[in-house]
Amino acid sequence: MPRTSSDRQPADPASQLAAPASGQLGRSTGGPYRDAEAEPAWRPRGRHTLAARDARAGLALISPTILVVAVIVIIPIIWTIMMAFQRVRLINVRRQGIFGHYTLRNFEVVFTAQGFWSSLLTTVIYTVGATVGSIGVGLLVALALRSRFRGRGFIRGLMLLPYVAPVVAVTFCWTTMLDPTFGLINVWGQRFLGWDAGIPFLSQPSTALATVIVFETWRYFPFAFLFITARLGALPVDVEEAARVDGATPWQRFRFVVLPQLGPVLSVLIVLRFIFTFNKFDDVYLLTGGGAGTEVVSVKVFQYLQSRGDLGSAAAQALVLAAALVILMLIYLRANRRSEESAL
Amino acid sequence: MSTVSLEADRRQAPTGTGNRRGVSRDHWQTRVFGIGRWVVIVLAVIVTVLPFYYMFLLSLRPIEEVLVRPGSLLPSLQELTVSTYTRVLASPESGGQGFLQFLRNSLFVALVTVAFTLLAAIPGSYAIARLRFAGSRWISFTFLAVYLFPPMVLAVPLFTAFTLMGLRGSLAGLALVYIAQTVPVAIYMLRGYFATIPESLEEAGVIDGCSRYQVITRISLPLALPSVMSTALYVFMIAWNEFLFALLFLVERRDRWTVSLGLSQLSGSIEVPTTVLMAGSIVITIPVIVLFFIAERALVEGLTAGAEKG
Repeated sequence: MPRTSSDRQPADPASQLAAPASGQLGRSTGGPYRDAEAEPAWRPRGRHTLAARDARAGLALISPTILVVAVIVIIPIIWTIMMAFQRVRLINVRRQGIFGHYTLRNFEVVFTAQGFWSSLLTTVIYTVGATVGSIGVGLLVALALRSRFRGRGFIRGLMLLPYVAPVVAVTFCWTTMLDPTFGLINVWGQRFLGWDAGIPFLSQPSTALATVIVFETWRYFPFAFLFITARLGALPVDVEEAARVDGATPWQRFRFVVLPQLGPVLSVLIVLRFIFTFNKFDDVYLLTGGGAGTEVVSVKVFQYLQSRGDLGSAAAQALVLAAALVILMLIYLRANRRSEESAL
Repeated sequence: MSTVSLEADRRQAPTGTGNRRGVSRDHWQTRVFGIGRWVVIVLAVIVTVLPFYYMFLLSLRPIEEVLVRPGSLLPSLQELTVSTYTRVLASPESGGQGFLQFLRNSLFVALVTVAFTLLAAIPGSYAIARLRFAGSRWISFTFLAVYLFPPMVLAVPLFTAFTLMGLRGSLAGLALVYIAQTVPVAIYMLRGYFATIPESLEEAGVIDGCSRYQVITRISLPLALPSVMSTALYVFMIAWNEFLFALLFLVERRDRWTVSLGLSQLSGSIEVPTTVLMAGSIVITIPVIVLFFIAERALVEGLTAGAEKG
């Protein structure tokens, strides 16, 4: 259907939303990630075409969102970058203009601070441990709950509890359970496992980080479970049936039929969990306060900010966090692409 | 006809090839997996539910009893008490911990966040899903980046700005930050829903003389309503559970504490008995769990919309 600009509605901004559209609505069969270049070449361009009107309506509809995100997200990010290069403290920030004195001093403070590299390493260990743990457990539980039985829906719902409950409530419950004197785990450990004394899981360096990783695995395996369950439900049955007919054992059917089909969702999960865990602040802060060798980078940012009021260093440390994340993600994506290429 | 005999044929197929070892391996693997599966299910249920059961149990036991018999998971019924709940909810003036006030604050922040997030995200996600405009690709990429960006990077300037503007201690200010953080997630979820509405329905509306605005309000939005509800609940959960920005903005004002902040601040002090705080934990956990189970199905579908396509 050829589009003409016969419809001569004035393009006044107020009527943009209500602009009557004769004929077809603009097609956008592929989601938002469809290339602009993929647009058919025959589409006429002009102020009064449907496409042009759609474009204006689109911008009008999305502008409130852009406004909010710009004010609360984009501008603050730019300001963080500026603050990272200025010696700003909470007490002198009023006097410090935007075009104040720029310096690298904050980065010097951050990089030479005691425990800078160890906190970066802690963050990486914590992130990798929690990512692998939560996805591994999520995969195991999703597979176990794959075939139907009475009450499966209810159990699937139960599995999501750790993820939806408020983090403050569950960390409080965990710290109580792990309490060395009257916590359930230590009482049972002494009673049934013959521990000599209560173990201060969250305050001794030999166990604190591992305990935090276990907590993180517990809290976020439901997230992986959700995604993997959704994918498992959408797998075509006949491929597995064919493998069964060909005599593949249950393990072979999993290893060579099911697992490869889960590949894409697993790599999405790895990226998402890695990013979210790397940025995480609340869980570690609430469990250990960053003590006993669990000081991840985001907790360090918080300490610069809250206890020292050193805005410049906090901003610099936050940028280090963001930069480290970007670098690690690039490495991952690169390695991933290479392994995919070699698989071909 | 004969699905049964077909099934039987399939079972026999490996034997027919004379691969006896394969069959026995198949046999024991099936058994091991059959048992292992139930072991995993039972363990998973225990591990997920036990902390919540413990939380609930402690909230009902007097602290003295807990200290005497800390390992008991099945206390006698006479022992149980609900006085912890009255204590945790009552205002500080009447000797309580003021959780009722915290609940009110959290409810206010969460509802404001939900309302404004939806107000911005519904038209925004519709535009991204349906309309082509310059920069739409760039915009959805930016939203994804915002969603994945470390909140800590935002914490520094927002903390500074709120301090300078005297907005610290303001619940509306906190809600503003939550709106900006939840809009990208809401758009991501709603976009998926809008994309599943058949375009032919909208075109039919246009043929009947609807404007774009009418198409949205009369056709697309009613169809997406269940999804809008579940997105609303998810945003509510995020706002209700959030901790970092509440800590940064509200910590000096006890009367403005949200539930998360209140619980974390009080759990730091030794004066408040653990059992009372467990009652507080239950009180703040129940609303999200109830909401979650109401909306579970739609919520799960919305969150994992991309996963099914692989």
